[in-house]
Amino acid sequence: MTAPDVSELQDSLLAEVAAADSIDVLEAVRVSALGKKGRITEQMKGLGQLDGDARKEAGQALNRVKDAVADAIAARQADLESSALEARLAHETVDVTLTPRPRAGGHLHPVSQVTEECIAIFGEMGFTVAEGPDIEDDFHNFTALNIPPEHPARQMHDTFYLEAADGEPQPVLRTHTSPVQIRTMETSKPPIRVIAPGRTYRSDSDATHTPMFHQIEALVVDETTHMGHLKGCIIDFCRAFFDIPDLPVRFRPSHFPFTEPSMEVDIGCSREGGELRIGNFGEGADNWLEIMGSGMVHPKVLEYGGIDSSKYQGFAFGMGIDRIAMLKYGIPDLRTFFDADIRWLKHYGFVPLAVPSMVRGM
Amino acid sequence: MKFTLSWLKDHLETEASVDEIVETLIRIGLEVDTVDDPGAKLAAFTVAHVVAAEKHPDADRLQVCTVDTGDGQVQVVCGAPNARTGMKGVFAPSGTYVPGIELMLKKTKIRGVESNGMLVSERETGLSDEHEGIIELPEDAPLGAPIAGVLGIDDPVIDIELTPNRPDCTGVRGIARDLAAAGLGMLKPFDSAAPVEGTYDSPVAWAIADDDNACSYVVGRHFRSVTNGPSPKWVQDRLRAIGLRPISALVDVTNYVSIDLGRPLHVFDAAKIGDTLTMRRARDGEDFTALVEREYTLDGEMTIIGDGATAEAVAGVMGGLDSSCTEDTTDVFLEVALFDPISVATTGRKLQIESDARYRFERGVDPESADWGADVAARMILELCGGETSKPVTAGAMPDWRRSVELSTDRVATLGGVEVAVDRQIAILDGLGFETTQVGEAITAAVPPWRPDVHGEPDLVEEITRIHGFDEVAPVSLDRGAALPPQAITPSQRRTSLVRRVLAAQGLDEAVTWSFMGRAHAELFGDVDALMLANPISSELDAMRPSILGNLLLGAGRNADRGFADVGLFELGPAYRDASPDGQLLVAAGIRHGNAVPAHWSGKARAADALDAKADALAALEAGGAPVANLQIDRDTPAWYHPGRSGGLRLGKNVLAWFGEIHPGVLRRLDVRGPAVGFEVFLDVLPDRKEKSAARPPLHLLALQPVRRDFAFMVDADVEAGAVLRAARGAEKELVSSVDLFDVYEGKNIEDGKKSLAIQVTLQPVEATLTDEEIDAVAKKIVAAVEKATGGTLRG
Repeated sequence: MTAPDVSELQDSLLAEVAAADSIDVLEAVRVSALGKKGRITEQMKGLGQLDGDARKEAGQALNRVKDAVADAIAARQADLESSALEARLAHETVDVTLTPRPRAGGHLHPVSQVTEECIAIFGEMGFTVAEGPDIEDDFHNFTALNIPPEHPARQMHDTFYLEAADGEPQPVLRTHTSPVQIRTMETSKPPIRVIAPGRTYRSDSDATHTPMFHQIEALVVDETTHMGHLKGCIIDFCRAFFDIPDLPVRFRPSHFPFTEPSMEVDIGCSREGGELRIGNFGEGADNWLEIMGSGMVHPKVLEYGGIDSSKYQGFAFGMGIDRIAMLKYGIPDLRTFFDADIRWLKHYGFVPLAVPSMVRGM
Repeated sequence: MKFTLSWLKDHLETEASVDEIVETLIRIGLEVDTVDDPGAKLAAFTVAHVVAAEKHPDADRLQVCTVDTGDGQVQVVCGAPNARTGMKGVFAPSGTYVPGIELMLKKTKIRGVESNGMLVSERETGLSDEHEGIIELPEDAPLGAPIAGVLGIDDPVIDIELTPNRPDCTGVRGIARDLAAAGLGMLKPFDSAAPVEGTYDSPVAWAIADDDNACSYVVGRHFRSVTNGPSPKWVQDRLRAIGLRPISALVDVTNYVSIDLGRPLHVFDAAKIGDTLTMRRARDGEDFTALVEREYTLDGEMTIIGDGATAEAVAGVMGGLDSSCTEDTTDVFLEVALFDPISVATTGRKLQIESDARYRFERGVDPESADWGADVAARMILELCGGETSKPVTAGAMPDWRRSVELSTDRVATLGGVEVAVDRQIAILDGLGFETTQVGEAITAAVPPWRPDVHGEPDLVEEITRIHGFDEVAPVSLDRGAALPPQAITPSQRRTSLVRRVLAAQGLDEAVTWSFMGRAHAELFGDVDALMLANPISSELDAMRPSILGNLLLGAGRNADRGFADVGLFELGPAYRDASPDGQLLVAAGIRHGNAVPAHWSGKARAADALDAKADALAALEAGGAPVANLQIDRDTPAWYHPGRSGGLRLGKNVLAWFGEIHPGVLRRLDVRGPAVGFEVFLDVLPDRKEKSAARPPLHLLALQPVRRDFAFMVDADVEAGAVLRAARGAEKELVSSVDLFDVYEGKNIEDGKKSLAIQVTLQPVEATLTDEEIDAVAKKIVAAVEKATGGTLRG
């Protein structure tokens, strides 16, 4: 018996594989070729009747056919599966214009964000944050800040007082964050470099004043700090906060009981077209906006804080957080800050992950 | 403090422009509020002569005028009834902006007749509302001249916002002195203060009662045979320019000297007073009729000028009506007094009288002005009203104002931050009126009497630096002393910040609301007896808030009223127990109102419930570093929560938080439609994080797969889920790594009064895979533990 001609068998089986148009048909082809009673299997069984070299040769030939058919089946199977998947996916659609399920996302109030912006900037300059109570005593809010009893600021029309039992001193709602200066001096030794943000209160309510507002205070006390440092610190802050490297900053002599010398600080702005914008509008653009009061700490204030004014000196300044928030973020009306209007909070608020930082920008 | 440029130039020899003056004033600390130059807008308006005025051919009410502008003749159609041949008027040529009617003039034809420019009324110039006819100028008005000069409105008015420390600048002369020191000109000599000899003894005398009143020293002069009437035009023009109404020569003199030199005066009609005026305290309840024809009731704290039993003036504040000067006054008694600033301020405030005298006295007038003021006033009265003056009469004694301040010559550099040459330092002080002597490294500066604000070295540093120029102080950036800054915030401040950001990440929007609220609302949240404002701005804001929740709920109510009912708000801020520093708590509070999950195609809307508030509270607590897994939960919540749907979270005896539904009764009192849920987390009582090291405990990742088994227990309906979870968790601590509640069911197929709780228990083998026998053994322990703890049985 001679070795069978396997090329016909291979052609025939490969044609059947190619013609298989479903996984089931392909499986039938596989069984008919490679199954226990398959055509290749049957031929393999017949090899025993051949002898010597012929058996070896025929065996090798059959194995090649077997491999070729098996490969063809695998390839055809992959094709058919892929077509089947495509056909299925063609029916699977989602309306991509549907609104996704809502996820919660709240906002930070501008006062919080701007407070943290201030902390980020002053923090870079070596300041730490100090705090004090909203309900103050007369000493910390007035006396220790060199504000005498007859000063108009102490009058009922400017300052909120709490009711007190007869003979007891009336507590006051702090009218500025400056009492934190005194509390800091009472509890720490120079060098001092602190900022104090917080709620403040004045008996005032109109278009541009609210009975509660926020201030941030800075205090530096050491042996050498002078007005040049005061100017440098404030200029550095203003330019960083408003992110305007050439923002003009002007210092005007003024008067506050707790500082000497005292100065008010203006920054450059434009009021063109009735719109207030902060910035540098060029030489001769003589438009200024007052943003804070400042000065060298009055020796009496140092002494009230328990610090030797013959040895130590320093500066202090304070500004409105709400006000600089309005200026930076274009918020038109102070009164809206405290209304809890959800539309306002979402519009002017900040996403909670946006943590202010000097190195990453803010 | 208002003054005009020409008035300033009475005291200051200067060529400086208004702009330079204004810029210098700002630079040296005299803040310019406004500069008003009414003539500036009328620069193109000139004096014109109406050569001819003829009726318009086509209109009865119009005239065609031929106008000589001094620069040629033009034709103008004019509708004014008083336009007539030969008159002089004010002409505005074509191309001029007419401020009163906000119109740019153009060459035009009116009813067919060409018209070039306009003859204007006062209203058109913007000077007044007068529009009966065009302005008529005197015949001698110079043709072609700008009208600002002709009308006397070419004198710019400068208004200064004066800080309270500068009484000297309540007079024009003080401002001139500052400007001169700043290099803007020369201060003219003070000639008007030369003594005026009296010719007779005053028939009126001064007395100062020994009752600790506000007057230390007073000078008086009597005048006789004076003629009161309108003051001269130049005086009237000046007073009017700064907004004062001329009254009569005598009164105008007092006002003029007050503005000119910062020296308030008062004149009595000597015929209406007795022979002695006494500075004394008012009697409680004493009546007083002021110049302004208003009645006041005085008290014993106030100082008055008494004529016998009658109060004729309130010291330093206002004169009385009965003894005031009128047109008929012929005999006058002049008061030039020194009053205690605080007393004048207090009295003025109590009586609510703002006057030019009070403005000056409460800042502190120059003590020497009591003497020279009497001479200045006498000179002016004699000049304006004739007559003669008595010798001065006085009472009390001028306080000793003389004092010196030492200035170390390097102090301007070490405090002011700018090097100023010693001779320049001295020149500045001298220019401001200090008398200086230099000895070695120190300058001794004798303080002039008009500067009560200067007491110490820093004051002199301020004087020198502000006149030298704050701009000359070079900015120096702060040196933080190390390459890296220290941490700016404390651990607890950092915790607060994190809690805030985490709450926002829960979908809550941060609000900032008042620290106060109305008492009626505040009392829903605690006792506010110790938290009442003595002077609230309204009854809605009269108590310090004992809880933040009230204001947030009111905010939710406002949002709902606007059509936004589904809101989640939080606030991180103070709540108050009492007025002491320790009575202020730092609280994170939040509310959810309306739906926690909004209506959506994928599922139904879900109203916020107590467990949403619990989740918020737990998120805040976890951010705050509280050991959330170890907290005890109880039902002990305050009255503003729903008694059955609220809980407290405790650590030991400390309450860390409350959460739950807000009591419907509270919502009703707040007029907020419910339901609403809320929480309060007390940040002050959170345990301090003990972070000795940033390192975390080691993580043991076990290779063995966990095994999960589900159990459903039938328990009494009032059994708390937490009890089942706790029991399951404790049944085999080594193996049970978590227990999750995945079903709570009451109703069909469940006996009344019972409920089914289904839990999934995760077993984490540590050493070897669990055999079926081991798993069954643990399951039995769990069932037994739950049964023991809750009486629950495994559902079949």
